[in-house]
Amino acid sequence: MKIGVVTFPGSLDDADARRAAAVAGAEPVALWHADADLHGVDAVVLPGGFSYGDYLRAGAISRFAPVMETIIKKAGEGLPVLGICNGFQVLCESHLLPGALIKNHHRKFLCKDQPLRIENNRTAWTSDYDANHEITIVLKNQDGSYVADEATLDRLEGEGRVVARYLGENPNGSYRDIAGISNERGNVVGLMPHPEHCVETLTGPTTDGLGFFTSVLKAVVAS
Amino acid sequence: MARVVVDVMLKPEILDPQGKAVHGAFGRLGFDGVADVRQGKRFEITLDGEATEERVAEIRKAADTLLANPVIEDYTLHVEDAQ
Repeated sequence: MKIGVVTFPGSLDDADARRAAAVAGAEPVALWHADADLHGVDAVVLPGGFSYGDYLRAGAISRFAPVMETIIKKAGEGLPVLGICNGFQVLCESHLLPGALIKNHHRKFLCKDQPLRIENNRTAWTSDYDANHEITIVLKNQDGSYVADEATLDRLEGEGRVVARYLGENPNGSYRDIAGISNERGNVVGLMPHPEHCVETLTGPTTDGLGFFTSVLKAVVAS
Repeated sequence: MARVVVDVMLKPEILDPQGKAVHGAFGRLGFDGVADVRQGKRFEITLDGEATEERVAEIRKAADTLLANPVIEDYTLHVEDAQ
C-alpha cells in the first residue's frame, strides 16, 4: 500500500506527511509537482505549506501543475485524495471540492492545538474514527477561513459532507465552523488542521491524526 | 501593442480582512469619513499585437480560469492602448 505525497515549490509539510504514512504502516512515495506520473500510488496527500508563495490565491497556481491533471482525473475514478491546509486550498481551486479558503478573519497567522469533531466517519480518510469522535490536532494557517454560498453550505450539511467541525471558539472565521469537507463519493477530503503533525507524542499534542492515515489503508485494502 | 486590464474584486458577501486592516489604518491616520475599504487585484496584460476580439476572448478565458476564482471573486475586463 503506497501513499504518495506531492511536493510543490513551497510545500512545507510533505516530509511530515510521508512520515505519518510510514507510521500508519504504508509505504510513502514522494511525488513531484512537475511529474504527471503518480508512480502507482494507492492514495495521494496534498500537503500543507505555501505553494508558489500563495501568489494570486492560495493553491491557485498549484492547481495547474502537471501532477494535478492526473490527480484530478484519478480522483474522479475514486482515488483517495487528502488535501491538508494548502492541499485543501488546492482541492478547492481544482473544483474537486466546493467553496474556497480565504484569509483568517482576524488576519493573523494561527498556530494552536485545535479540538475538532469528526462528523463524517464514512469517508476513505475517516473510517477509523467513531461517529462524532472528538479529536485535538494542530491548526496552523493564514488562509484558513472556509467560505461558500448558503446553497452550497446547505447541500454539504444535508449530504453529510462536513467531515470535521471546529469545537469551541471559531478559530479563523470559517462559515458554520467547518474544518473539513468531502466530495460526494467520500474519496476526496479537504482538511484545514494538520493530522500529519499528530501521529507521535514526541512532536505532537496527541496521536489523534493517525486515524486519517490508517483509515485510508483500510479503504484501499477493501476496494 | 494593446493592453488588457483585468480588475478582480472579492464578491461583496465575502469578508475582506485585508480591506478591513486598511480601513483600520485610515482611522488611525486621521482620514475620516471612510465607511468601508475593499482591496482587489489589477492585472495589466500586454499583448504582442492588436487586441482582436479573439485574443480578448482568450484573456477572458484566462481570467475565468486563473486570474479570478468565480466562487469568491468577480472581475471586469477592458482594453487600453499601451504607450
